[in-house]
Order: sequence, then structure tokens, then C-alpha cells
Amino acid sequence: MMAPISRAWREGLTDLYLVGPTVLVLAALVFVPVLIVFVLSFTDYQLGDRSVTFVGFDQYVALFTDPIGRRAITNTLIYVAVMVPSSILLALLVATRLHGMAQWSPGLSRFLRAAYFLPVAATLVAMALAWQMMLHPSIGIVNMTLVRLGLPAPAWFSDRGLVIYTLALIGIWQTIGYNMVLFLAGLAVIPRHLYDAAEVDGVSSAWSRFWTVTWPMLGPTTLFVAVITATAGFRVFETVAALTGGGPAFASDTLVYALYREGFVYFKVGYASAITVVFFVFVALLTFIQYGLLQKRVHYR
Amino acid sequence: MSGRFPRRLPRHLTGRILGTALLLLGALVVLAPFLWMLSVSLKPADEIFTSDVHLIPNRIAWENYVTAVTTVPLGRFLLNGVIVCGGILVFQILFTVPCAYALAQRSFPGRSLLFGCVLAGLLVPFHVTAIPIFIGLAKLRLLDSYTALILPFIGSVFGIFLFRQFFARLPTALFDAARVDGLSEAAIVWRIALPLAWPAATAFAVFSVTAHWNDLFWPLVATTSPEIATPPRGILYFRDEEAGTDLGPLMAGATLVTAPLVILFLLAQRTFMRGVASGGLRG
Repeated sequence: MMAPISRAWREGLTDLYLVGPTVLVLAALVFVPVLIVFVLSFTDYQLGDRSVTFVGFDQYVALFTDPIGRRAITNTLIYVAVMVPSSILLALLVATRLHGMAQWSPGLSRFLRAAYFLPVAATLVAMALAWQMMLHPSIGIVNMTLVRLGLPAPAWFSDRGLVIYTLALIGIWQTIGYNMVLFLAGLAVIPRHLYDAAEVDGVSSAWSRFWTVTWPMLGPTTLFVAVITATAGFRVFETVAALTGGGPAFASDTLVYALYREGFVYFKVGYASAITVVFFVFVALLTFIQYGLLQKRVHYR
Repeated sequence: MSGRFPRRLPRHLTGRILGTALLLLGALVVLAPFLWMLSVSLKPADEIFTSDVHLIPNRIAWENYVTAVTTVPLGRFLLNGVIVCGGILVFQILFTVPCAYALAQRSFPGRSLLFGCVLAGLLVPFHVTAIPIFIGLAKLRLLDSYTALILPFIGSVFGIFLFRQFFARLPTALFDAARVDGLSEAAIVWRIALPLAWPAATAFAVFSVTAHWNDLFWPLVATTSPEIATPPRGILYFRDEEAGTDLGPLMAGATLVTAPLVILFLLAQRTFMRGVASGGLRG
């Protein structure tokens, strides 16, 4: 009777030392902090305060009524709305072309794949400085070329109406390669015989082949890519911090940059927590939309 | 496919040529910042500030690189990057692999609850936890140290998920045989499970190292001393220095910061793409 009990104890202890440390770490570094940030968003806590006062939804009201707070939200949405579809469309174009090319010129296909992927591997902050130099209003190569062609030379980073689109452009540049790899993986698993069947059914042009076979079969991949790219878009921070600091006049302020500024520069913890929660809700919504769509609409084999 | 329909061949060929030309043009645009960065990093000042646009410098100015490593401790930044990324990765492996093994190959009370928590944890971007972790580190007086840069990332929900999925595909009989041979569970984890999970481990390592080498958010939040700046933080110190307006040395610095991961990528493209793409699972 003793043996099985002690054995169960031993097994239990084994489970404890395999899982226990990690459970504690995850609790301390993920789950408890998420709870704390929710609680803090209902307070007016500032770093260094001795006591905490609950203020209900005041911080959220402040965020949504303050022009600067609203600016951060709309800028983030504009950034996502511009960056996500462009990046997906370009990545899809590149991936379908490279997928076909792999059959008649594998070497060139591999080279181009590496070229498009390079921005993903590169350190974004350093590359942002390279972009800053290329887009310099007077001595940047882009504007010098535009002027030579007789075109206007935009102030890429200091024009309030333009700066968020400039950042979105860098975002597109940075994410195409990543999305291309995901699309190539999706293309690789489309069964060859579907194209043969389409050919038999009289689908002969590359264009109609794409719409009858490739696009429907890529449905789940596209949804996946869209959600990942949008999540990355909502997280935009590096380029803002390195190039604009949210300026000029908050024209390129974004949610994560605002959370950084309010929380870690001004130490307005309560307000920054409310920004964090709004950011989290946007990111979580994306995942729920993804699950919802996967259940309903997208072809899945 | 061209053999069967000779009549269509010319149209296919023009499409192919046009498509390839566009792809090459696109690749040129994507590579432009790299080429221009490298070009400016090797140009003397008088060739940078000129309206005469040329990619290849007339005179190679290696002194830009000397200026870059002497103006700010760039070598130190790179070393910091190695220390921080290495430290994070070692702890992540230590914490995630045993837990993932237990989730996949053992049964214990609360197992599905724990896995549910792991899946929920995948939803949480690091930024969401940043404020409480910052306050906690401040209370422990640990800010502005290597500990502050490493500690928040030692447990990776994504790592647990990735390894768990891999271990779940391994046959249970394999681990039973090891137990019959008298191996302890710890020995099974480190001597059998981890070596078998090598593809998952390299993918995870690439994902983790790229994420933390390139991260600016947390170093900006948690550190103020240039001595422990990671490469992205360090290059911004450089830019904000007096000499940072000198584009040649600045681009030399940017090149040196970007080089390690780019070289790693060029050496192991397949692993790299798989690793970085696996991060997409984090959704």
C-alpha cells in the first residue's frame, strides 16, 4: 500500500519541478502584470506616489476626449490601414511570382527571396536612420532625384499631413519579406492537381488560374498574414521613436509611443495604463476576428 | 508547360520577362537603403554633401568606421547585445523546455488549464506588461542593469508553445523506453527531448535573438546608462552626439549594428526564414 503512494508523490514532485518554476515566472511576468495594468488604468497613480486613488473611467475619458490622445489612436489606425493592405498585396505579388520562378530559375528565385527578406533580419532602428538619410528634404537621394525629374520635393518627416504615411511606407518595406515567406509556405502546399483540374476545365490564363485556384486556397494564409501584419502595425514604435518622436505636433504619435511617453517619460502611470488597455483591446480584437472568420467563411482543407 | 502549347509561348515569355523585370526593380527598391547606407558609410564628407549622386565612392573613406567605433563605445554596444540576447535565450531554454515537455508527454492535474494559459499568454504583447514590470524592477532597485534587460523575458510563452507542439508529435513509447532504462525525467528533458527538438530550438533561437537584438522599446524604458545600451539604443546615442550629424560615421555605425544579424541571415537563410516566420504563430 505504501509503494504506490510514494510513487505518486514522486511523480507529483517531478511534475512540480518541471512545471513549477515556469508557472511562477509566467505568473510574475505575464498574468499578474496584465491584471495590474487593468487595475492601474482605473487609478490616477503616478510613479513615486505613496497612495493610489481610484478614478473610475476618468483616464479612458481623458484619452478619448484629449485631442492628443485621439490623435495617437487615429494615427495608429491610419498607419495600420495603409500599411497592412499594401504590404499584403505586394507580398502576395512577389510570392506568386517567386513561386513560379522557382521552377524555371531556382537560383534567381532564391536570390530575390533573400533580397526581399533582408529588411526583416536587419535592425530596424539602424535602417530607420538609413531611411532618414535617403528621405532628407534637401540632400537625400530621393528628393534629389525627384527635383531632377522636375517633381516637388516633399518634407517626408516634417510635413504634418505626410509623416504618418512616410512611416507606413517604411513599415511596408519592413514587412513585405516576412509576409512573402508566409505566402510562399501557403503556396507550397496547394496541390498541383488543382491547377491541372482547372486547366481541364478551361482555365488557362495565369490571371484566371490565380482567381479560381490560388486565391481561394490561400484564404487561411491571407487571413493569418493579415492578422499578424495588423498586430505588428498596432505595435509600431521603433521608427516613431528613432525618427519623429511622435512629431511634428503629435502628427506621428501612435499608441505604443504615447504609452512610452506618458508612462516612462512623464511617469503618468494611470493614464499610460489606460493607453495600454486600449492597445491591448485592439490587438485582442484582431485575434478574435481571426477565429470568427476561420469558423465561418474561409475555405479550409 | 511551354512544349504543349507552342502558340502561347511568346505571350508567356513576355509575361515572364515583364514580371521578372518588375521583381528585380522591386528588389532594388527594397535593397536601396542597405546599398545607400553602405555607400555613404564609405564616402568622405565632401562626397556625401554633393548634388552629384553616385553609389561607388571615388575615394573609400575607411576612417568613417574608425570615427564610429571611437566616438561612442560601439564595440561595447555590440557586446551588450550579445550578453543580453545570450542571457535571455539561455534562461528561456532553461524555463520553457521542461515545462513544454511536461505539457506534451506527462499528465498532471491542471495540465489543460496551464496549456490554456499558455495559449492566452500568446495574445499578450510585451508592451502590455511593461508598466507593472517597470514598477516592480524600480521597487527592487534593479532598473538600468543587465538584469533589467534580461529578467522580463526569461519565460517565453511562445517558446513553451513551440516546444510543446514539437514534443507532442514525438512518440510516447520513446520516452517510456528511456524511463525503463532508468533515466530521470530531468535527464530525459535535456539528453533526449531537447536534442530531438533541435529544429524547433534553432527556429526559436533565431526568433528570440532577432526580436531582442532589434528591440528598442525595452532598452529605452529600462536603461539610462550608455554602458549597458544594446545596439539599437546605442546607435541612437551616436545620432544624438555632436558627431552624429556626420552622416558618414553614422552610417558606418548603422552598418556595424545591422551587420551581425544580416550576416547570420545570409549564412543560414532557411533556418532564419523558418525561425522568423515561426514567430508569426504568436499572432
